[in-house]
Amino acid sequence: MRRILRRHEVVEDAWRLWGEGAADSDPVIVPLAELQKDTGAWVARKGALGVRLAPGECVESLGDVLPSLALVAVEFPNVGDGRGFSYGRLLRDRLHFAGELRAVGGGVKQDKIFLLARCGFESFELGETERADEAVAALRRYDVVYQPGAPIEGIRRQRFFA
Amino acid sequence: MYRYDDLDQAFVNERVAEFRDQTRRFLAGELSEDEFKAVRLRNGLYIQRHAPMLRIAVPYGLLSSRQLRKLGEVARRYDRGVGHFTTRHNLQLNWPKLEQVPDILEHLASVQMHAIQTSGNCIRNVSADHMAGIAKDEVDDPRPYCEIIRQWSTHHPEFTYLPRKFKIAVTGSPEDRAASEVHDIGLHLKRDAQGQLGFQVLVGGGLGRQPIIGQVIREFLPLPELLSYLEAILRVYNRHGRRDNIHKARIKVLVKAVGIERFREQVETEWRASRDQAPRLEVAEVDRVRSHFTPPAYRDLPDIDAATGREPEFQAWYRYNTREHKIPGYRAVFVSLKRHGENPGDITSEQMEAVADLAERVSFGLVRVPHNQNLMLGDVRQDELYEVWKELRARGLAMPNIGTLTDMIACPGLDLCSLANAGTLGVAKQIQQRFDDLDYLYDLGNIEIKMSGCMNACGHHHVGHIGILGVDKHGEEWYQITLGGSVNGSTALGEVIGPSVPQKEVAATIERIVEVYRGGRRDGEQFIEMIRRVGIKPFKEGAYATHSEAA
Repeated sequence: MRRILRRHEVVEDAWRLWGEGAADSDPVIVPLAELQKDTGAWVARKGALGVRLAPGECVESLGDVLPSLALVAVEFPNVGDGRGFSYGRLLRDRLHFAGELRAVGGGVKQDKIFLLARCGFESFELGETERADEAVAALRRYDVVYQPGAPIEGIRRQRFFA
Repeated sequence: MYRYDDLDQAFVNERVAEFRDQTRRFLAGELSEDEFKAVRLRNGLYIQRHAPMLRIAVPYGLLSSRQLRKLGEVARRYDRGVGHFTTRHNLQLNWPKLEQVPDILEHLASVQMHAIQTSGNCIRNVSADHMAGIAKDEVDDPRPYCEIIRQWSTHHPEFTYLPRKFKIAVTGSPEDRAASEVHDIGLHLKRDAQGQLGFQVLVGGGLGRQPIIGQVIREFLPLPELLSYLEAILRVYNRHGRRDNIHKARIKVLVKAVGIERFREQVETEWRASRDQAPRLEVAEVDRVRSHFTPPAYRDLPDIDAATGREPEFQAWYRYNTREHKIPGYRAVFVSLKRHGENPGDITSEQMEAVADLAERVSFGLVRVPHNQNLMLGDVRQDELYEVWKELRARGLAMPNIGTLTDMIACPGLDLCSLANAGTLGVAKQIQQRFDDLDYLYDLGNIEIKMSGCMNACGHHHVGHIGILGVDKHGEEWYQITLGGSVNGSTALGEVIGPSVPQKEVAATIERIVEVYRGGRRDGEQFIEMIRRVGIKPFKEGAYATHSEAA
């Protein structure tokens, strides 16, 4: 069971991953390469569609299909790879993606959740060792920020604005 | 100097609380080595050869007396009463206890200091010219812009997990005293034809395994666009910098791979697309930060001849350890951390407290941390220089050798650092011993020795007039020597003169090299000028003339 932190709650993941045998009406997350093989067929499904973006994949290539997507899962494969932070910003600020932006992979840790949320991520796949209460609390770690970013409840001061 | 407002103070307090919790989780086994490493590095904490090492930020090299006193207290209470100043405005403590680091950080936060982003693959402590605000040739004081960059880069949501470390330097004078051309980004304050303030922007400089001099990416960036343009560079780097090989992950490798033209195009395209969403730099905010850097209350004083008639020792100190100030009646004073027999850049708690007290009495309570591992009192009245000298001398801080061969830069080396291949401190002592005659040093003039214990080049050996790099040869410490590097004026990378030499031969080899200079210099010609004129060949021949053990 995958645990997802979203809206200050940790819940069981409602989405299926590609290869997990999703029915046509199930919400499913497919890898970008798979989606691009037959975009039309994926979009024509009954269930909601999400895509998984790995580091190095071109976020801009999602442009046309983005309105059909209910979810984009950006992969953080390890502790250090931070490309996904930029992908999040680009999806929100440039491509105006309004669906669920999710951070997934082994690099999603409570110590990053605050920054991820500032980059526009609203849901977080928690690894086995991540504690739910601590992950929820991490969203409240700071009540001041310097940079512009996605709004987080509880931020009382910000220095720079866009 | 800049004083924290509620936002700044709340941030460092919350950061200390976060790190306290992370340390607790690590010690309780809830946080893996790998996860803890990522967060401890971003809080300045390394695990070194013998103990953890904590690297404390002195943003753009400016300290208040109160802060320096606190550093002295922290070094005494949590370390062995000694700190080590680095080439990038940091103070390193070499023996703190891991479980006490949150307490140290809390002490630092109480005086508006921190160790945030002094290591790890993120935007590091921003550096500046130690003559900021007092140099005659300055376009504008770089420190307000450094402070703005410090704040913008702190806990940046997008750029805290970069491919590799990222260093920014800002200068305000034509003379580059901040090594800005060997930074990932170098910003040179300038005015355009209309008198508007802005920056020439350099990108892709760096030392390490692949030393490269930064290239101009933009001739003029208007001040209000500073942060939006930095974000564009960082975003291109964060997306496209290599992550497969730690040695090829710096931005210099990316710039070199695609070429400056193409890289510029990528950045400008990104900038056009993102500048509306990037942080704006409002006039009111610039003014707010600038108001913290107004000149101190200088007295209306004449320039005087402070040296004539005094003892030769004072005259030498005046000549080598003090610098011209833009305000008549004042001088800038180097506090030498290069006393022979001591590790370059090391300072005891008692010395820190003494310098803090002295600064309070004679230099408006401010202390500067220059790039060359000394300290500086920036605003000393000329009629107080003699008293200042006597006090510094009593504390072992008046070695009159600034700018000479023994004012060398050295990283901590194998004695303390787990990355090092060879020792630096022993070699430094050997050089200090061999060149212990001040008259001989003065005759040699300005010679900059820079020494690193490994390829990471923390001691900036590539840009030393004489560079020394420690290498490991079958378990023995050997040293490769380069000549002709420089950062002041025209940045140049040194050339390797030949085979490395064994530890015990380093000082003797350097002596043979400088003897070539003494024998071949023209009237008034400095060491580096002669190298530029004649090349390294004669020095190379001299260096190995009587030395047969090189391999």
